[in-house]
Amino acid sequence: MTFTQRALRHKSFAIGGVLVALLIATALLSFVWTPYSPTELDIPNKLQPPSAAHWLGTDSLGRDVVSLLIAGSRNSIAVGLIAVGIGIAFGVALGLLAAARRGWVEELVMRLADFTLAFPALLSAILLTAAYGPGLGVATIAIGIFNVPVFARITRAAANGVWSREFVLAARACGKGTWRITLEHVLPNIAAALIVQATIQFAVAILAEAALSYLGLGTQPPTPSWGRMLGEGQNMMYQSWLLAVWPGLAIVFSVLGLNLMGDGLRDLLDPRLARQR
Amino acid sequence: MILAMGIFLIKRFATFVATLLAASVLVFAVQGALPGNAAQVMLGESATPEVVAALSRKLGLDQPAVVRYGHWVRGLLTGDLGTSVSYDVPVAQLIGERLAVTAPLALLAMALTTVLALTLGIYAASRHNKLGDVGVMTLSQIGIAIPNFWFAILLILVFAVKLQWFSAGGFPGWDESAWAALKALILPAVALAVVQAAILARITRSAVLDVLREDFVRTARAKGLNRRQVLWRHVLRNAFVPVLTVMGLQFASLLTGTVVVENVFSLPGLGRLIFQAISNRDILVVQSVVMLLAAAVIVINFVVDMLYAVIDPRLKVHSA
Repeated sequence: MTFTQRALRHKSFAIGGVLVALLIATALLSFVWTPYSPTELDIPNKLQPPSAAHWLGTDSLGRDVVSLLIAGSRNSIAVGLIAVGIGIAFGVALGLLAAARRGWVEELVMRLADFTLAFPALLSAILLTAAYGPGLGVATIAIGIFNVPVFARITRAAANGVWSREFVLAARACGKGTWRITLEHVLPNIAAALIVQATIQFAVAILAEAALSYLGLGTQPPTPSWGRMLGEGQNMMYQSWLLAVWPGLAIVFSVLGLNLMGDGLRDLLDPRLARQR
Repeated sequence: MILAMGIFLIKRFATFVATLLAASVLVFAVQGALPGNAAQVMLGESATPEVVAALSRKLGLDQPAVVRYGHWVRGLLTGDLGTSVSYDVPVAQLIGERLAVTAPLALLAMALTTVLALTLGIYAASRHNKLGDVGVMTLSQIGIAIPNFWFAILLILVFAVKLQWFSAGGFPGWDESAWAALKALILPAVALAVVQAAILARITRSAVLDVLREDFVRTARAKGLNRRQVLWRHVLRNAFVPVLTVMGLQFASLLTGTVVVENVFSLPGLGRLIFQAISNRDILVVQSVVMLLAAAVIVINFVVDMLYAVIDPRLKVHSA
């Protein structure tokens, strides 16, 4: 069976793939079209129930909820991409270094990773916000920092496995140096594990951004964000309770899609990594 | 063997102390990295230079960083954390009051998580690949994707706004009636626990399934014990090791989750304190609470590591 055939038959991967494709398509769509402007206020039409004109109604400032949700997806994806990018750039480099050098370098990198884990994304965001003021940039960096030890650990573990294989010994015998082996043999062989982890961390980043924006530490007005929509929706709970439901559903479907896709990829890319079912 | 264990304990303890120290340096350094003088940041742009200079002296900002750090660490160890600028009470007292909300909430949430997760996980494993298992796994997959603060909002919608069984937020305090106080913590604890339990239930299930495949389980069955007896006498004890580790790791996300959920329910705990402190630019409070939370995570992970070594001696050699 080809990879595509296996992928289509894998239930989690197929469902997750569809949800993720929808998320990406929505974000791309937001660049060219939203039913109404997501930032334009229309106070006379505030808190409208769902109707033909406004499919999911309007919020407390008269903005169209569908438009806000579509525009908010862009925000979630951007934060996810940058935060995972930071995690991969620094985490993979540190993990590869630890596996290649072993000894005290490895010990130092791993202790550093342990240490960073004591500062979950929210705590680092709080610390950074206290110093530099709230904003999406600070929030994204905080989530990214949290991703670094996650990728460093998984890279080191996977890379150590590759270093003990015979083909690496053969490459050494051919006279290849440590860094050439790392780039030409180790990295390609751990790519599958990294892709799986990247998918999962993307989901974690979306959740973290939503929480930070809900608390006012992330995306600032008027940029639409699902987390902030939830915060505003909670304030309007007695007038229009659906406002506190839609953004949550958008988050759940995105995160569910990414997690299912990650699980599926784990099975498809590396059967040894697959969890026992 | 005993020597190896001793060396492991000493090494692990040294790492623990070093981690705590590093965390304190980091938390302290962020204050030092503040753009401009911390006193200026606390007082805002409009403060006159004389007022800023006075506060700087009061906070000891005119001293070198090393001296201030030493002072701060000594304060952390002795409980003298200075006085909050916005509340005008000792920071230690402020934290103590808020802990009376946060600590019971975290404990209640952890207890609920454990009960829910172990029940569901063991049930799913015992019904492996049958309808019950698939149902629990599907539910947990959805549970993992739900942001805890959104779940909290949904709970308020259903149980406070629609059914009016609970209040939508706030905390009456422990002095009036313990039941009223506990009642105010139930919805927040459920919101925290459901999401955590979704993760832990999956871990429990796969841990139990792993142990069920071991030889000694077959031996126990051959000895004449039935499935239920084997599960309770042999499997659960062995499956507990990975479950415990994940519970330790979950404690960090539980604490940060508490910070968020306290804000959803307007509970006067550490989470709410930290946000009020940020908007009041009360840096001493932010610093102390962040340090406290980070230290809690480090301590819990240390304790779990120790327990891990005690429960499963095979692991000592690897981790040492």
